[in-house]
Amino acid sequence: MTQNLRVKSSEFIDETNRISFKFDGKTYYGFKGDTLASALIANNVHLVGRSFKYHRPRGIMTSGSEEPNAIVQLNPNSNITEPNARATEIEIYEGLEASSQNCWPSVNFDIGGINNFLAPLFPAGFYYKTFMWPKSFWEKYEFFIRHSAGLGKSPTTKDPDIYDHRNIYCDVLVVGAGISGILAAKNAAKNNFKTLLLDEKNELGGSTIYETNEYNKINNNLASEWLKKEINELKNIKNLEIKTRTSVAAYHQYNYLLARENLTDHLDKKDKKNKIRQRLLKIRAKKVILATGALERPLIFNNNDRPGIMLSSAIKKYSNFYGVACGTKNIFFTNNDSAYESALSLYNKGIKVEAIIDIRENSDAKIIKKINDAGIKIYWSHTIVDTRGYKRLSGVSIMKLSNDGTSVTGSKISISGDCLGIAGGWTPAIHLYTQSGSKLTFDEDRKIFIPKTDTKEQISVGSCGGDFELDEIITNLNYKLKNFLNINKTDFEGITLENDHETSKRNIWLLPSDQTIGKTKPFVDYQNDATAKDIKLALREGFRSIEHVKRYTTTGMGTDQGKLGNMHALGIIADIAGVKMGELGTTTFRPPYTPLTFGTIVGRNVGEFFETFRRTPINDWHIKNKAEFENVGQWKRSWYYPKEDETMHQAVQRESKAARESAGILDASTLGKIDIQGSDASEFLNRVYTNAWSKLAIGKCRYGLMLNEDGMVYDDGVTTRLGENHYIMTTTTGGAANVLGKLEDYLQTEWPELDVYLTSVTDHFATASLCGPNSKKILNKIIPDLDLSDVNFPHMSFKEVLIDKIKCRIMRISFTGELSYEINSPASYGEAIWQKCIEAGKEFNITPYGTETMHLLRAEKGFIIVGQDTDGTMTPIDLQMDWIVSKKKYDFIGKRSLYRSDTMKEDRKQLVGLLTEDPNIVLEEGAQIVSELNQKPVEMLGHVTSSYFSPNLNKSIALAVVKDGKNMMGRKLFVPMENKSISVTVANTVFYDEKNERLNA
Amino acid sequence: MFLINCPYCGERDQQEFKAGGEAHIERPKQPTELSDDEWAEYLFMRKNIKGVQFERWNHAHGCRKWFNMVRDTSNDEIKAIYKIGEKPPTQ
Repeated sequence: MTQNLRVKSSEFIDETNRISFKFDGKTYYGFKGDTLASALIANNVHLVGRSFKYHRPRGIMTSGSEEPNAIVQLNPNSNITEPNARATEIEIYEGLEASSQNCWPSVNFDIGGINNFLAPLFPAGFYYKTFMWPKSFWEKYEFFIRHSAGLGKSPTTKDPDIYDHRNIYCDVLVVGAGISGILAAKNAAKNNFKTLLLDEKNELGGSTIYETNEYNKINNNLASEWLKKEINELKNIKNLEIKTRTSVAAYHQYNYLLARENLTDHLDKKDKKNKIRQRLLKIRAKKVILATGALERPLIFNNNDRPGIMLSSAIKKYSNFYGVACGTKNIFFTNNDSAYESALSLYNKGIKVEAIIDIRENSDAKIIKKINDAGIKIYWSHTIVDTRGYKRLSGVSIMKLSNDGTSVTGSKISISGDCLGIAGGWTPAIHLYTQSGSKLTFDEDRKIFIPKTDTKEQISVGSCGGDFELDEIITNLNYKLKNFLNINKTDFEGITLENDHETSKRNIWLLPSDQTIGKTKPFVDYQNDATAKDIKLALREGFRSIEHVKRYTTTGMGTDQGKLGNMHALGIIADIAGVKMGELGTTTFRPPYTPLTFGTIVGRNVGEFFETFRRTPINDWHIKNKAEFENVGQWKRSWYYPKEDETMHQAVQRESKAARESAGILDASTLGKIDIQGSDASEFLNRVYTNAWSKLAIGKCRYGLMLNEDGMVYDDGVTTRLGENHYIMTTTTGGAANVLGKLEDYLQTEWPELDVYLTSVTDHFATASLCGPNSKKILNKIIPDLDLSDVNFPHMSFKEVLIDKIKCRIMRISFTGELSYEINSPASYGEAIWQKCIEAGKEFNITPYGTETMHLLRAEKGFIIVGQDTDGTMTPIDLQMDWIVSKKKYDFIGKRSLYRSDTMKEDRKQLVGLLTEDPNIVLEEGAQIVSELNQKPVEMLGHVTSSYFSPNLNKSIALAVVKDGKNMMGRKLFVPMENKSISVTVANTVFYDEKNERLNA
Repeated sequence: MFLINCPYCGERDQQEFKAGGEAHIERPKQPTELSDDEWAEYLFMRKNIKGVQFERWNHAHGCRKWFNMVRDTSNDEIKAIYKIGEKPPTQ
């Protein structure tokens, strides 16, 4: 391939460093410094994709992150391919591979292109309207729609790259390193502000750096030459950090910004290895200076989307910065003076400019004379009515505009050309400004939204603040900076400025054609194929809010978020609806400004670091003994301990039997433990639990139920009185943090008069729960001198003991209904104590069991698990636990709610036991319960909350919540499943050892 | 992401805090004396103002202290922060 459009060496491109890359399977060459877009244009490739809906051929439109068309698939043949990358932002490197999106089989011959000819069938809202009937067919339609929808293809394997997050704090953050940003950052840093300057490009200087307009002068030098010297000086400034290739994605409240720093995407394949690819910067800045510049607007006219039609400013950048001509016969179409600069740039490099079409009547800018001198024909008061060329522009037709700008007159003139630069004026890039919550104001005269206010913490400078001409940029910057930074002087005060002034303005949002609008295609949103016609249709159908029109037409909803066309959409709506644009408002600009990779968002939090988790002090033993683990809250709890080829069911059945027949041991370290001290500790417990606590003797334990203020069960657990003013409370594993938070809340805000202190000690103790008829013998072996008789150490009591000089707390409490001891030791001795129990229990075949067996054993006893058998809608009465609600206490959290008309209803859902007719069928947890099988619709009476096969009873058992369940004892109900329905009988919740005889066995 | 000036710890990132809803709703001293409607008023009814709102916040991942905040919910401007028990500022 010849680089036939590389016209001039550029100081920004390293022509000694030739790079090969592949696009759509073909090899091309470019130079270091090229973007994929500039390298393709240099190879005269404009057609790079197909549009989303009509599959129209599309070319490169811009030179920056606002690009709507040239979005490509990177590494298309790899399973770590990346979709929707903007060719205008990808810096080429050796080995780069990219391909077009939205086309099949190829960008040159795309079958979907037929949609273009079927376009009259695809108006806005097409899918909503067409696929509504018959309703039941939606699933069939959806299959086909999903196949043809979407941009690009997703990677199919794990992203091998490394991503990172970093927190940054600074005094002044400057976003954008154009001329305003550079001067702002330099002056901030020079005045001892710790300053961070960010720019999304790899070069500093914005658009000024490649400016060749000799009418723009600073201190009698070209503005670009002057700026280069300023940039050179930045190296020597302390307090200033500069990051290029860094795009600010989001601007949140209180000057908290997120930026993506691109570290390796521009490197050669071999140099990328083992380096962090992208880094998310989390920036908290004391002050933020937005210098994000402005985006050039297109013009909206018939067939304004052909490959070869580009923004005028992009043509200038390709020519001045990359040394690439976008066409050999160039035409410009404009409503302002900036297109003349682009035209002159081309002319000065010897590239042919055919004509300039200007919708204005004239302009008195100095540059017009240069254009006239160059002999370039200018058509004043003319507009393009149509364009030609399918895969590449071949020419345009123009006509004279009527005085009011709504129609065209006279005869059609045809101009041929392969590149059309369109210049519709400038839109300040206020995206970040509005994200920060600040409000915009509409400048009716210039038809732009500009920032309404500067604050102590934030200013907008340069063109994003609405200053477009060099002298106003510099003068206002000087004034704003001094105020903002509270400094007396800037270092650019007093420089001499010279520049051209634009005085003539004309703006027409939708340019007329000689054809009726129905026959034209004036694209407003290129990426989503939304035309002015679609917007008109939406308004005709009654949509008025800009947010509704946006969603109905999909204008502004692509990956580019309508950076180019949103203003035109607003303008067209305002024109038709007859309202002022300022009153219409804008759609919301949401983060991110440009798309972020998932990798950047998650950073290092992938794989095992995805979520923090907690392990108990006995964890190593569990792993050595081949436990399977279960996530409970943040904890990794041992679930069951399979032996050899055991299934989970087999292991659980074995563990459950062993715990009841001889001895079992459970790691209960994860239970929440809160140390409660203070002279009002007893009163405090009285207020937070439903039952009474004042009379609990020292050394005794009590089970407590905690409610929310709405009367619903919130948590439960055993609390032990360790001393006169000292308790230790246990909570559920998952509820620990919330319970502590809730208790603190009451102590600090409702009952500050109580002398109570709470400390979380969950992590300070390890708990081994010894259970089963032989647990007493095992404990006796471990602590021979402790009297374990029922008189000295009865159920629900506690002893402090020494095991090998280790101070331990032993509670004789039981969650299984068996004789049990919970040995709490300091966490660091947890495994040693556990090991001791295992050794001592060997002769009794002590069996470690996990959470699944624990659940089964407690279900046999009808003990609830908060969060499994309750769901925030169950009162203690619903749970048939009336016995735990004190009638005598005047108040406790949730008491009043137990007497609300709703909670007192007889037929609330209540916890009951369920037994299946066939004892071998185990119900599914969550299954619905009904009383009738052949009724439609049938009332759902409730659902199964816990269900197991009990090896000790040799039958299936379940707990369930059933409407009016208390009055249904013995009733036959049904659990309908997909292929069968299961007959069940309502039963008592306690299935095993109803008289609690085993606690003292 | 707010920057919140905890009255005990100083300025910290919002991540460290938990919002606790409307402030200055005192738990009735004698709940049993209240009618269902009066109790429901305390239990369920919240103003949810667009504009200046008094709120409770907790420095959950810090000192664990609760405090009050005056915040304009329309633009998230924090107008004042004061300790529990202190008088709310007058606007």
